[in-house]
Amino acid sequence: MGAYHRVESTRKPEQAVYDDIILAGDGWMRDLESGQVLRIVDLEGNQAADTLFYDADRPEDHYAAAATIARQGNIYLTTGSVLVAESGKELLTIVADTCGRHDTLGGSCSAQSNTVRYAHEKEHMHNCRDTFMLQLAKRGGDYGKRDLAPNINFFMNVPVTSQGGLKFDDGVSSPGAYVELQSHGRTTVLISNCPQLNNPCNAYNPTPIRILIWNE
Amino acid sequence: MLNTVIGAGGKWSGRIGRGKLLRFTALEAGANVSLMLFHAHDLTERYNMPDTLKAQYTAHLTTGHTLMSDNGRVLAGIVHDELGWHDPIGGYTTRSLTDDRYGRTTYQDLRNDWLRSGQENFAVELTRHGLGMRDMMPVVNLFSKVYCDENGAMHYVQDHCPAGSSVTLRSEMDVILALSNTPNPLDRRQSYPAVPVRLEVTQAEPVRGDDVCVNHRDENRRAYENTWAYYSLI
Repeated sequence: MGAYHRVESTRKPEQAVYDDIILAGDGWMRDLESGQVLRIVDLEGNQAADTLFYDADRPEDHYAAAATIARQGNIYLTTGSVLVAESGKELLTIVADTCGRHDTLGGSCSAQSNTVRYAHEKEHMHNCRDTFMLQLAKRGGDYGKRDLAPNINFFMNVPVTSQGGLKFDDGVSSPGAYVELQSHGRTTVLISNCPQLNNPCNAYNPTPIRILIWNE
Repeated sequence: MLNTVIGAGGKWSGRIGRGKLLRFTALEAGANVSLMLFHAHDLTERYNMPDTLKAQYTAHLTTGHTLMSDNGRVLAGIVHDELGWHDPIGGYTTRSLTDDRYGRTTYQDLRNDWLRSGQENFAVELTRHGLGMRDMMPVVNLFSKVYCDENGAMHYVQDHCPAGSSVTLRSEMDVILALSNTPNPLDRRQSYPAVPVRLEVTQAEPVRGDDVCVNHRDENRRAYENTWAYYSLI
């Protein structure tokens, strides 16, 4: 797996069993059944959909960023990429991608990391890890901050240079670009539609995303 | 304070107070030691790979870089490094990868020559400290170089680490350090590539105004300020 592998989906929105909008700054958490397909649509372009996955039957086994990229030998995700958990369990496969690049290294913003990256006075600002924690709290059970592993940022462009640098570039996404993932088993999906107002990658203008689910 | 050798395939974990120097030395060429860090007094605070990389605009670690926690603080800084590149993205080996690549080995057949995996080493050491599978995370692979080309393909650099190379971290918080001396998952050598590594822990000098880690970037200084503010309350 390597460079962008563009595949368009043949699935029709009217046949989806779930279809909703997540406004910028909102969270979303839901279980996928085995074989179900999740589509995330970047409605206005250059948004970052911060996303985490868990084995729904064993939520301590979360998406593993390093295991996923080392397994495919590439830091970017595209059609064909298999997302694995820390145990090695295969959680989902990307089955369509019209964006071309999805970030695996940049993680999510938090109140604390915003103080480091931007300024101490940014601590009060809305951020993804607060959104994640609110969703985990609403879900109940024993989910906690320990379960916030490094996540995927769908549609976000974080290039790494051969000299070992890392930068935040303008997105390669565009209005209507989407990524589609098919679940191998029962998988919990946790999304924070990034509210980031400090980062030029979304032109300081966070926008909504659309979520669709098909049974297969 | 501590002078120990972590054998090929071996593991180690322990509590280390703030203000200590942790010097790692590769006793043979081609070392790789995977490292996890937790705040000793609040185990939900731990090394965060994305926060570390994006705050310092880097995909590798060397002198001046800090290992940041998910709470915007500095767990440790790299104060001296002879290699110029340590790998924060390659992760650790699993049992299935180890069996697939090097052949299946069992303790019953080979006794202590059986081949250990990072996943199992960390599972044991994390469980020892009240942690477990849900706390597994990206590691720092000391002594390894992995770079990415423009298409995102990851390349492991063979012969990056000569025998005798060392890297020194300074603990900036009280930490639980967990180590696994197991191969980098991207190292394609067919014969289990693990060699002994020495760990020496000594007292560090107080952090000075011209410190290489504090002054590396404005982001680093703010992370240190967060850390000092935290300790000023205790």
